[in-house]
Amino acid sequence: MKTLQQLQEIRDRLKATIDERQEGAAVTPGLPRMYILVCGGTGCTSGNSKIIYDNFVSRLKEKGLENEVKIIMTGCFGLCSKGPIAVVYPDGSFYTHVQPDDVTEIVEKHIVGGQPVERLLHAEKDIHGQLKSINDTDFYRSQRRVVLRNCGVIDPENIDEYLATDGYKAYEKAVTQMTPQQVIDEIKKSGLRGRGGAGFSTGMKWQFTHDAPGTEKYVACNADEGDPGAFMDRSLLEGDPHAVIEAMMIAGYAVGAEHGVIYVRAEYPIAVHRLEVAIAQAREYGILGDNVMGQGKKFDLELRLGAGAFVCGEETALLNSAEGKRGEPRQRPPFPAIKGLFGKPTLINNVETYGNITQIILNGADWFASVGTEKSKGTKVFALGGKLENVGLVEIPMGTPLRTIVEDIGGGCPNGKKFKAAQTGGPSGGCIPASLIDTPIDYDNLMAIGSMMGSGGLIVMDEDNCMVDIAKFFLEFTVDESCGKCTPCRIGNKRLLEMLDKVTKGEATLEDLDKMEELCYYIKDNSLCGLGQTAPNPVLSTLRYFRDEYEAHCDGKCPAGVCKALVSFKVDKEKCIGCTLCARNCPVGAISATEEKASNGRPIHVIDPKKCIKCGVCISKCPKGAIYK
Amino acid sequence: MTDEKDIKFAEVLESLKDVPGPVMMAMQKAQDIYGYLPLEVQLKIADFFGVPLATVYGIATFYSQFRLEQPGQIKIAVCLGTACYVKGSGGVIDKFGRMLGVEPGHTTADGRFTLEATRCIGCCGLAPVLTVNGEVYGKVTEDSVDEILAKYNNI
Repeated sequence: MKTLQQLQEIRDRLKATIDERQEGAAVTPGLPRMYILVCGGTGCTSGNSKIIYDNFVSRLKEKGLENEVKIIMTGCFGLCSKGPIAVVYPDGSFYTHVQPDDVTEIVEKHIVGGQPVERLLHAEKDIHGQLKSINDTDFYRSQRRVVLRNCGVIDPENIDEYLATDGYKAYEKAVTQMTPQQVIDEIKKSGLRGRGGAGFSTGMKWQFTHDAPGTEKYVACNADEGDPGAFMDRSLLEGDPHAVIEAMMIAGYAVGAEHGVIYVRAEYPIAVHRLEVAIAQAREYGILGDNVMGQGKKFDLELRLGAGAFVCGEETALLNSAEGKRGEPRQRPPFPAIKGLFGKPTLINNVETYGNITQIILNGADWFASVGTEKSKGTKVFALGGKLENVGLVEIPMGTPLRTIVEDIGGGCPNGKKFKAAQTGGPSGGCIPASLIDTPIDYDNLMAIGSMMGSGGLIVMDEDNCMVDIAKFFLEFTVDESCGKCTPCRIGNKRLLEMLDKVTKGEATLEDLDKMEELCYYIKDNSLCGLGQTAPNPVLSTLRYFRDEYEAHCDGKCPAGVCKALVSFKVDKEKCIGCTLCARNCPVGAISATEEKASNGRPIHVIDPKKCIKCGVCISKCPKGAIYK
Repeated sequence: MTDEKDIKFAEVLESLKDVPGPVMMAMQKAQDIYGYLPLEVQLKIADFFGVPLATVYGIATFYSQFRLEQPGQIKIAVCLGTACYVKGSGGVIDKFGRMLGVEPGHTTADGRFTLEATRCIGCCGLAPVLTVNGEVYGKVTEDSVDEILAKYNNI
């Protein structure tokens, strides 16, 4: 148990060590002269960053530098496609694609010798040929980190490091200087809207739960990030778990709840582990428990793990699942604010929403509202994925044009391919075509163009992607994940998928497209929960912006050459050199030699369309690019 | 099924006695212990918490993580999240299916390999991604399939 004063002493003692983790920071005597931050997010961990960390620890020890140089395993830096990442301060050297064997060289040359290892640096040069500071690179320049402020800076498994970033100070301020209503008013005034997708006013949600009758209430955190291609919440939980815990404590104080539940996906083992560590540390410090920070309030948290069901991201389904039942949605009203977990009034917010709370309390609603557009305040975290040079995690002010995200931060499509569309909102969202790339990203703009903010997955597609195939991919996902409770979603989406399947096989007519559209609106209007109500969005938005591709399919052509039923593989006789690589690699023996000879005298090959399964192995093996579809 | 596992599981059940909404937690722990949820284990859970077996079975079939069949020794899970899909993970899982002769969600006849299609595992920066017994392989291609199978076939 620590008193407020003891917590403050920890902050004061360690603040300088956090401040030193930035480029060009002055070194305080008595503190480490250098910091090595190794990314411990899921992406980099998959690339062996744990071994890299261990190697740094042992190399530094061998050199007797363990007190001079501090090594920290942090949360995600964001630039996942260049991982594993390690950053050295105070000089700010940003190492990418680091391998465990590179550690010795970095220690010898850089830490001991003072010369960065150039071949590993993320090197972007300015017009004068000078190496840019990492904050000025294309990937980081347009970003603004509010929610992710501590990711890639602090050690998420050490509560002292969080304290040193004014951690648990927002809760202290709320409890000692504000009434619960004042806290709610501040959140309302900030204009913060739910980051889980729908964009409902967070302050209003808090107000409803606060006003609900009843003495026993719950605060819940929706960490069931099920959208394929989205990993914002996971990264925040992995990089800064205490920020979410503190926000839930503030919410508990504001709405009058003593219990908190974090419902987190079981697919995120690192996030679960870090939350467990953080909760245990917070209990040890008396930050969670019967007398929170000695202020006479009670608040504690428990984790509930999901088991792989997308629908559980819907708040009422989440409540059922957290109660240990099948995750089927409930009829609303009554809303969770009135009747939620175990029938008690429950506040449910998404991870990223909570990630904003401490900063609003500490810096004020006006500070928060100064960023963003008229109706969408603050920043938004996006998980960039798909056909982009820089895949990773980014946080941008609301109102940033899509073009900035795709071209500047994301670095555009690789291999000079043309940008075709960006998909936001996962299976509930829609595709934004290249013609709308200058749209400023906020809740209302995205809704107006037939997509939605969603939780923040942003997947880029290039000219090689077939939009009908993408729509089918998302619909297959929703059909698979539909809980089956209500008929429009269970059967309607299934029928819609069958119609889409017909399109991809070239068997649909133009009338079928109109029928599909009608069915989409029927499903949207009549489904019980958000999953069904938004499931047709990928179909509707692609029909709206890429109707020509649908019509081409009706004509028996797939312009991108993706839909297998509509493509056939052929050998270009002019290019074939008879090397037999294709025939040897064909898994079904569909390729054979003909009587015809190539200019080198070897037999030209041919593909038997009856045997061909269109797997594409021949295309990838052909050294001359002689096979086309 | 060994006695040791049964003893461990009995302790788990006991520890969940006073927890509100315990059924799913018990099932998750059971799968950790036994590797899957055989009928006897589902019955035990139903009896202990006084709920119908149908409720337990209903939960087991609702969530994709619960397994009703014993998994193979080597579990290959290919991510079919959007980021991986647009980068070609569909072709990768097709190739595994062809090479192993099983559909996703099933185990080879010799009980060696289980092929699974998984939801986004969140390392989209490495797309397309797959895991073999939890070990992550990133930026895989259809060619990597041969290498990966060769590696595990020799074990």
